Amino acid sequence: MFGLVDLSNFYASCEQTFRPSLRGKPVVVLGSNDGCVIARSQEAKALGVPMGAPWFKVSHLAQSAGLVALSANFPLIGDMSARFMSLAAGFGHQLEAYSVDEAFADLSGIPGDLTLRGFKIRARIRQWLGLECGVGLGGTKTLAKLANLVSKDAERKPGRYPAHLAGVCNFGDLSQAQLEAVMRATAVGDVWGVGRRYGAQLLELGVVSAWDLAQLPPSLVRKRWGLVLERTVLELQGVSCIDLEAVPGPKKQVGVSRSFGKGLEGLDGLLEAVGEFAARAAVKLRKQGSVAGQVFVFAQTSPFRPPPHFSRGLCVPLASASADTRVLVAAAHAGVRAIFQSGVEFNKAGVFLLDLCPANRRQEAFDFGEMGSEIDEQLMATVDHLNQRFGRGTVLVGGAGNTRRKTDWSPKQSRLTPQYTTRLSDIPVAKA
Amino acid sequence: MHSIDVVGVLEPGGRVVLPVAGGSVRGGFPSPAEEFLVERLDLTSILVSHPQATFFVRLRGESMAPAGLFDGDLLVVDRALKPVHQDVVIAVVDGDFTCKSLWLKGGRMKLQAANPTFPDIVPVEEQVVEIWGVVTASIKQFRGRSGAR
Repeated sequence: MFGLVDLSNFYASCEQTFRPSLRGKPVVVLGSNDGCVIARSQEAKALGVPMGAPWFKVSHLAQSAGLVALSANFPLIGDMSARFMSLAAGFGHQLEAYSVDEAFADLSGIPGDLTLRGFKIRARIRQWLGLECGVGLGGTKTLAKLANLVSKDAERKPGRYPAHLAGVCNFGDLSQAQLEAVMRATAVGDVWGVGRRYGAQLLELGVVSAWDLAQLPPSLVRKRWGLVLERTVLELQGVSCIDLEAVPGPKKQVGVSRSFGKGLEGLDGLLEAVGEFAARAAVKLRKQGSVAGQVFVFAQTSPFRPPPHFSRGLCVPLASASADTRVLVAAAHAGVRAIFQSGVEFNKAGVFLLDLCPANRRQEAFDFGEMGSEIDEQLMATVDHLNQRFGRGTVLVGGAGNTRRKTDWSPKQSRLTPQYTTRLSDIPVAKA
Repeated sequence: MHSIDVVGVLEPGGRVVLPVAGGSVRGGFPSPAEEFLVERLDLTSILVSHPQATFFVRLRGESMAPAGLFDGDLLVVDRALKPVHQDVVIAVVDGDFTCKSLWLKGGRMKLQAANPTFPDIVPVEEQVVEIWGVVTASIKQFRGRSGAR
């Protein structure tokens, strides 16, 4: 048995926990550079604010409907996510942090009423953190995910599913007929792993609901769509194919990209920005103990601005895999010089480190000139340590930007809320 | 009785956590205090019972002074506790946080200041007063109080 605990409107709810005056109000959280809506409160959803909408397209609702927009407060979200994961870990005997706000739990062999257990974990998350969540339970991860969707929609869209499944939905409690009714009421595109492309193809063939999909013979699905969708069908039929990933492996790619506060022209500014991104990505890379074999850089103009539009990327292979900031920055710079075009106003750029492997399995280039890579590793470790201890940007590697100075491309976050739980000067104030 | 135990394998680039007071690696004379190694007192574990549910709040105002809670105090707030009669609590009144004493009897509740010159807060009809968390400690710093103001 698997359980899935999924927080509702997580980003907006975190803000509402520490600013209760925002409760019941439409709230949106804006992503990088205060550009687009990346999260919405239930009230903002009801107002019809679409996910991903550029802020300038919905900002009129601030006047007409009291819509509140906040910059994404990642320190707060990160801390609340860690608290949530720690509570969710008490649900089963193994936990997979599937994303920042949802976690799978392995409930196999846990005695007692699992539905009751679901209600208890839900009540605890609400009381301890002030956050709402849905809990889904099923024999496979795909079914648990589906049960979770039912637990939330039964609450938010009354009439679609039986009301008693709101909050916690345990497929194990349902009769075969009840389960069929629930799966018939669920669109095939809402099934975990189906996605938009397969969803459209399935619809064309008359496979409308989750129930229809579960009736397809797995071998036929594999022939036509491949192993991934076959696995989904098997999981819907109750055959568990996807195990819990308790310990997430090292990421396969590490990247830093950002929109610029205002359009950026000229090579120098772009070099500085991309150098800083490469340096930040290098820190992430070293943290997970990997080295990169290729550096991908890209730069583009705003799709919301009039032409000319520009979007180019380039992959720069390294002579030998490295996690050295100086090597990665140099490669990123080489890439930028190659794709740069004058007279273009860039609004976004990024660096992705690819072809990652563990640092202890790297293949060295046969290079007699390169000596003392151990000393380089120590240097990088010292740089990371100093920046962690005294704040990011204390020690900079040549060409890696200057994070202390507010440069043209620093992200704009004019609606930033206090770091209520991670900075002493930002904690909430109570009047007595 | 000198011994060297393998406590971990050091791989290039890998990380190994060594026990701080495990006494596994020895050379020279063994410490006579080794048998008595215990954990040093830790203020966080004394003040915080539910780490996931504990938040810090800064107190502003004088209405709780007779109860020993002063302007500028750092409050430890535990949301895991069920509030009971006479707890000091953080409550939400009209969207703002307030620190008061909880009066809870016979299904009726009100919020009281420790200073009797301040009026009680009694929820009027349709007004929802939420208890946000229970104050379990108040910290006063006399030197180096960073962030107090």
